Amino acid sequence: MKAAHPDALPIAGGTDVMVEINFDRSRPDSVIDLASVAELDDWGPEDGYLRIGAGVTYTRIISELGDRLPGLAMASRTVGSPQIRNRGTVGGNLGSASPAGDAHPPLLASKAVVELASSAGIRRIPARDFYVGPKKNAMRKDELIAAFLIEPSNGPQQFSKVGTRNAMVIAVCSFALTLDAKRKRVGTGIGSAAPTPVTAGEAEAFMQGVLDEGGLWEKRGEIDPSALVRFGDLVAAAARPIDDVRGTAAYRRHALAVLARRTFAWAWDEYRRKSVA
Amino acid sequence: MGRDGAQPAPLRTHRMDVVRYWGEAVALVAADHPEHARRAAQAVRVEYEVLKPLSDPEEALSDDAPRLHPDGNITRRIKIRRGDQDPHADVVVKGEYEVGMQDQAPLGPESGLAIPDGEGGVDLYIATQWLHVDRDQLAECLGLPPEKVRLTMAGIGGAFGAREDLSMQAHACMLALRCGRPVKMAYSRSESFVGHVHRHPARMRYEHGATRDGKLMYVRARILLDGGAYASSSTAVISNACCFAVGPYECANAAIDGWVVYTNNPPCGAMRGFGSVQNCYAHEAQMDKLAEALGMDPVDVRIRNALETGSSLITGQVIDGPVPVAELLRRVKAMPQPAAAASAHLDLTQMPGGVSNTTHGEAVRRGVGYAVGFKNVGYSEGFNDYSTARVKLSVAGGRPRVEVHTAGAEVGQGLVTVQAQIAGTELGVHDVAVLNADTQVGSSGSSSASRQTYITGGAVKAACEAVRERVLALAVSELSGLGRADSDADESGWRLEHDAIVAADGSTVITLATLLGEEVIEETREFRPRRTARLDAETGQANAHMQFAFAAHRAVVDVDTELGLVKVVELATAQDVGKAINPQAVEGQLEGGAAQGLGLAVMEEIQVKDGVIRNPSFTDYLLPTTLDMPPVRMDILELGDPNAPYGLKGVGEPPTISSGPAIVSAIRSASGRPVNRVPVRPHDLLGV
Ligand SMILES: Cc1cc2nc3c(=O)[nH]c(=O)nc-3n(C[C@H](O)[C@H](O)[C@H](O)COP(=O)(O)OP(=O)(O)OC[C@H]3O[C@@H](n4cnc5c(N)ncnc54)[C@H](O)[C@@H]3O)c2cc1C
Repeated sequence: MKAAHPDALPIAGGTDVMVEINFDRSRPDSVIDLASVAELDDWGPEDGYLRIGAGVTYTRIISELGDRLPGLAMASRTVGSPQIRNRGTVGGNLGSASPAGDAHPPLLASKAVVELASSAGIRRIPARDFYVGPKKNAMRKDELIAAFLIEPSNGPQQFSKVGTRNAMVIAVCSFALTLDAKRKRVGTGIGSAAPTPVTAGEAEAFMQGVLDEGGLWEKRGEIDPSALVRFGDLVAAAARPIDDVRGTAAYRRHALAVLARRTFAWAWDEYRRKSVA
Repeated sequence: MGRDGAQPAPLRTHRMDVVRYWGEAVALVAADHPEHARRAAQAVRVEYEVLKPLSDPEEALSDDAPRLHPDGNITRRIKIRRGDQDPHADVVVKGEYEVGMQDQAPLGPESGLAIPDGEGGVDLYIATQWLHVDRDQLAECLGLPPEKVRLTMAGIGGAFGAREDLSMQAHACMLALRCGRPVKMAYSRSESFVGHVHRHPARMRYEHGATRDGKLMYVRARILLDGGAYASSSTAVISNACCFAVGPYECANAAIDGWVVYTNNPPCGAMRGFGSVQNCYAHEAQMDKLAEALGMDPVDVRIRNALETGSSLITGQVIDGPVPVAELLRRVKAMPQPAAAASAHLDLTQMPGGVSNTTHGEAVRRGVGYAVGFKNVGYSEGFNDYSTARVKLSVAGGRPRVEVHTAGAEVGQGLVTVQAQIAGTELGVHDVAVLNADTQVGSSGSSSASRQTYITGGAVKAACEAVRERVLALAVSELSGLGRADSDADESGWRLEHDAIVAADGSTVITLATLLGEEVIEETREFRPRRTARLDAETGQANAHMQFAFAAHRAVVDVDTELGLVKVVELATAQDVGKAINPQAVEGQLEGGAAQGLGLAVMEEIQVKDGVIRNPSFTDYLLPTTLDMPPVRMDILELGDPNAPYGLKGVGEPPTISSGPAIVSAIRSASGRPVNRVPVRPHDLLGV
């Protein structure tokens, strides 16, 4: 259907689409209602990954997958209000590809893969290649987002978002962290502080180095506070923030460094306290 | 006006010479479907010669600024001079403060229905704060005699000052009269943000002098309000800002200079607190500074200088009735404080940053702050304040029934309920109907200045008293006609209760149903509070206000000092309401008003750049949620003002005045940062 009507606008939960229409920013001639596509609502295991249909709502991610995807579930809990979480989907967040979308940082941190489907077949793109510009993604006009694939957690995960009120707020900036204890890897994702969601590659590499050199994964040893500071600084340096109505660029950088330090400390603390799963 | 589809009939060429702000109406379009109207509006071409906007109020004062109005850029200048202009003080503290532009953000956007009556007149169904002043302004705009413009209150939708000025009223009527058809007009949310006035942004420079033991010797203040492109109620707002510039303190020597100026920014006007909100941020910050400079407790410094009955204001007015400033402060200070955040179990909803998971206690510091404020109730400076009520007593279905009719605008504050309570109490009748407000009865004045329970309540009371007098007179004559009057003895003890006339001993003299039969008793009364006078142009001295209302707040906040995020843990307040006519409604005002104060303190701001509003939506104009607004501990005093009906005081605005300054004081104490601008933004708390 999408191939036959490349200009038709898919609508899942409608929590972005309806806002665009109400604000008169978008006037689709036709829409494709995805609510009736049952496959989009399924999730299940696939080769050690979880394949999650694009239509699974935030509420379901929290209740059904919260134990396996703690980072994404934490991010989901910060999305809007209960009403929005009941309707809104990760597929819709990917479709909008707003730099402020809360699902993106955990998807990046966990190296998730987006599955796109068209009449020509299926292709899978790593999340980090999916966001190509402000509110632009790698999806072709004849494609739909079918699902995303993400590994169940192999260690602690965190998500943290700064907003200027204590609930129901668009991120001023956000940060997601995944500790992969199996592969001894650190994953990061930054939201609302660059034209697209981005990862902090240097910060990841730095921290992996610190953990490897100290044998800290095995020893479950303490992290030197100066390493946390450096990690925070590298995360901040990976951002390319701007001044806008929600905050200043300088504040965003500053806050990202704080969030990175704190989330890493929480995650590492959890790792040290728990035996390997 | 497009009749068939998207083709609009050509509008009369609308020639305007100047557009003074972004959002000023330049053309009107009506159609048989909003979509047609939208497309037609897009087809309107306007030629602008774009000039550099004058967006800085300081610049507007300067001689070389472009003159935005023929009379120049100063909408009103206030000077208050009292006492010694060169007084000595042991300790001097200075400060500069800034308040951003708050919006009333009523949930109901501006909307209305205009129906032409076929005889050149129009009926308008509208949510407004003052039906009669709307009518008079509309009649002038439309070139009609006032009786040809009839308004009926429609809906509530909130107001907070945003509905004191005309928005779409004239536009809907013009279109309806032109088309000869009913016209409905409703703003979208973003149009609403542009289409009503806002709270004046303020820049304030203060200097306080005190003796070593904390007695205020003098205050000098310079207050500059940005009125935006048109006057609205700016002249009255700057008057308040200056009259109450010092706060509820005795100060024998004062020099206050105030200006409100025109700029090309969005017009500003009435909002809950009306000029007393901005200055409270400044005078309360100054009192904290003074306390620190003197090494005194901040509450003690305030109590040391608190106004009391018989004190003179800086305008020379001697203030009568209860003035419990010190008492309110003592009470909020004595209230128990909330426990420190529990560290054993992490509850994100209690953390600065809330459910967004930004801190588990790292860098969280607690602060406590106090503030007290006051303002006038009712109109000031000689403005003719009155309200009209018509009360009708009749028998319907065998039972007495009272109808109360006023033009008082219910804006959500509970005026309808209060009118019914008053009529029910005064006439002892169970069945009381408050008719919908319209212009078929005399004016009630506006639902603003915390005045309606006082003034319209007073009018309903007066009309009820007149009805009661006639009922009792009727009873005396009827019963004496039946030869029963003397047997029931002393009629002076008769009262109206439980749908009957009851004697002093509680026995029923006669039921109203029996007494009245077919008779209808109707009375209309106007109620006027005592008169006020205009401020002297050179000295600002006058008895400018008729009643004053006071409230104090204590705020307890937790601040994440690394991220600059704030959680207001608790607000405590003490307020003298004179008499709580409806205790639950009073609590609602105290909580809601405090929430609006909190909003200005920590998040609510219309951001304007070069005259353009950057955040006209609820996505980016943030209002407090339930996780931002803490429980409010309330201590409601009923000290009874001998001048007011039932001893009551206006209630609606004081909660919005000192709540925010108390929060900012607490933020200062938690963060150790000066914080001289509201709303407090995260980066202000970090200096990044
Ligand atoms: C009040 C409110 C609060 C909000 N708060 C937050 C928040 O805190 N954090 C946050 O991240 N977002 C927030 N949002 C935005 C929104 O809820 C999210 O982006 C959500 O994930 C969108 O999902 P949806 O299913 O409703 O998408 P829709 O609105 O249905 O679609 C969004 C976009 O994705 C496209 N699309 C949807 N599904 C597919 C598909 N399967 N294939 C291809 N394209 C598709 C649509 O065409 C559209 O372009 C909020 C929105 C509102 C109204």
